[in-house]
Amino acid sequence: MTCGEIMKLILYIAALLTGFLLITESALAQIKVSPEGPITSIQAGIDQASARDTVTVLAGTYHENNIEITRPITLRGIERPVIDGNGEGTIMVIRADSVTVQGFGLKNTGRSYIRDYTAILIDQASDFVVEDNHLYNVFFGIYLAETDRGVVRNNHIESYDRREASSGNGIHLWNVRNPEIIGNRVTGMRDGIYLEFAENARIHSNVSNGNNRYGLHYMFSNGGTYYDNTFRENGAGVAVMYSEDVDMKNNLFEHNWGSSSYGLLLKDMRQSTIEGNRFYKNTVAIYSESSTNIQIKRNHIEQNGWAVNIKSSSARNYFTENNFIQNSFDVRTDSPRNNNVFEGNYWSNYEGYDLDRDGIGDVPYRPVSLFSVIIEKQPESLILMRSMFIRLLDTAERIMPVLTPKTLYDEQPKMHRIP
Amino acid sequence: MNSLLLHIAKNEWKSLLRGKWVVGYALIFLLLTDSLLRFGGGGPEALLSLSNVMLLFIPLVGMIYGILYIYQSREFIELLLTQPIDRKVLFWGLFAGIATPLMLAFVIGSLLPLGWHGILLLDAAASSMVLGLGAVLTLIFVSLGFLFGLAFYDDRIKGFGFTIVVWLFLAILYDGLVLMLVFMFGQYRLERFVIAVSMLNPIDLARIMVMLEFDISALMGYTGAVFNRFFGSNMGIIMASGMLTLWLAIPTWIGLRVFKKKDF
Repeated sequence: MTCGEIMKLILYIAALLTGFLLITESALAQIKVSPEGPITSIQAGIDQASARDTVTVLAGTYHENNIEITRPITLRGIERPVIDGNGEGTIMVIRADSVTVQGFGLKNTGRSYIRDYTAILIDQASDFVVEDNHLYNVFFGIYLAETDRGVVRNNHIESYDRREASSGNGIHLWNVRNPEIIGNRVTGMRDGIYLEFAENARIHSNVSNGNNRYGLHYMFSNGGTYYDNTFRENGAGVAVMYSEDVDMKNNLFEHNWGSSSYGLLLKDMRQSTIEGNRFYKNTVAIYSESSTNIQIKRNHIEQNGWAVNIKSSSARNYFTENNFIQNSFDVRTDSPRNNNVFEGNYWSNYEGYDLDRDGIGDVPYRPVSLFSVIIEKQPESLILMRSMFIRLLDTAERIMPVLTPKTLYDEQPKMHRIP
Repeated sequence: MNSLLLHIAKNEWKSLLRGKWVVGYALIFLLLTDSLLRFGGGGPEALLSLSNVMLLFIPLVGMIYGILYIYQSREFIELLLTQPIDRKVLFWGLFAGIATPLMLAFVIGSLLPLGWHGILLLDAAASSMVLGLGAVLTLIFVSLGFLFGLAFYDDRIKGFGFTIVVWLFLAILYDGLVLMLVFMFGQYRLERFVIAVSMLNPIDLARIMVMLEFDISALMGYTGAVFNRFFGSNMGIIMASGMLTLWLAIPTWIGLRVFKKKDF
């Protein structure tokens, strides 16, 4: 190799390195937005960024609405800067793929009966990440419209409008595919998490409590799964409707009280699984209407008013290996026929015996008591609950069923709690 | 006067303890509560079963022993009546002499197992409610027993028969009647009526208070606004306690009047 060739090579490498450095430099371009300037508005910062840039926003309060993100950038808040919408319109709209929004406080969106004003709207985008934001006093919280993939993670959404009509949903999904909703906390909204036409949603580790209507509201959303969530003290509990292939696992449904409040309301559901959940102190733990082929197994249903209220329109649902513990009523139904299967559950109200010691009671358990039939007909008689007279009637009816569904019984009631 | 009252009561207590049945009564509750807690699962469940037993048996036991006592200590009462003792003092002395040991037997008998199983601390409100209701029911039904004993002073068979019938009526048949009424007048709005009717029976009252403690989530599901308001507020508890107090005051007062005027 000659001297000239070496020089050429060195120059070449140097040129390459400089080029490389320049590229990385531009890729790492940090645009800073700060109340002290030079860039004082988040929208201006975003407008200066090109694809794959990061816009860093320093602590402070920014009064802006309708911030639009139309390029794949990362928008990151340092020490949680606050974007105040001043009660007008939507605060932020994401209209590009691969956008990350992280670490902001957003408050005071507009409120309207006509338009869905939102803190963060993701409109026809994919692969976004909305993470670690705190939303306060917002109409809708995070709104996903026609998106694909994307993660909504560890956000706090809180609002205090107690009227159902004038509050929006915490996390609202409309016509989306493969969303992941993880570890969020939603309080005081209309529905905590709302899904309509959402395919393959994965919703886990969220806490949705004290919302005006449902903690989780599932509509026309097939193939989703939700697990490890907590739904507490919501106006009407959780509703899962008009969907199929939904997996509901290891969730906690508790303290959903009221005349139209349910731990879990199922309506027109098909081929779904409810497994390993805990229902504690709800007025009705599981309510089912027109639902078919649901597997309800290994749930822990404790101290509810009614453990199961199953309408005669529901059929081929399979209750097995559940623990029914100290519910005021075990099963309520409106028909003398039974189209569902109850098998191998533990019922704390079971009074049978187990002579062959195989852990399974020798006489079947009838979970629909005469009293629950009486209440179905004449609700005022609730005041007679736990009276001796009612107990005598119930016992007589259990021995010789006349008014309760003759075919609704658990042939193999467990003698001990299922761990 | 108070020392005299105490003296009479003490005398009763001594004879009761000699009879040993009050100790047996306490032991029954001790064994029952202990076995319920040991074999019956968790705390609330055992408390619920205990309250079921309490609602059924305390009225019966209270009334039977109230009337039995009047009959048994007839000579004693008549002897004391020859002494210069105020009849009011004598009445209260006799009443305290029988009611307090019965009440204590129930409370101590149930309290000890609740204590050593740790339920007392865990479910303080519920356990104190069950114990308190048992104590009040004991007082009410001992005073009813006294009343019947004095009313049928010479006809024991009639007295006992009447006691059993009253117990059967209040503990079981009354609810059947309520249910019948509810079905007969089902077309009308019955919530207020049903609440009012239940207030008239002390056993139902105690049962409703137990229900308020244990079944609140079922009650909240009731659609009638009247029920919800009544049960949802403290008003329900306050009214029920007020009615129980009336149930205690009225028979005792009548019993006292009868005792004062009676020509033994």
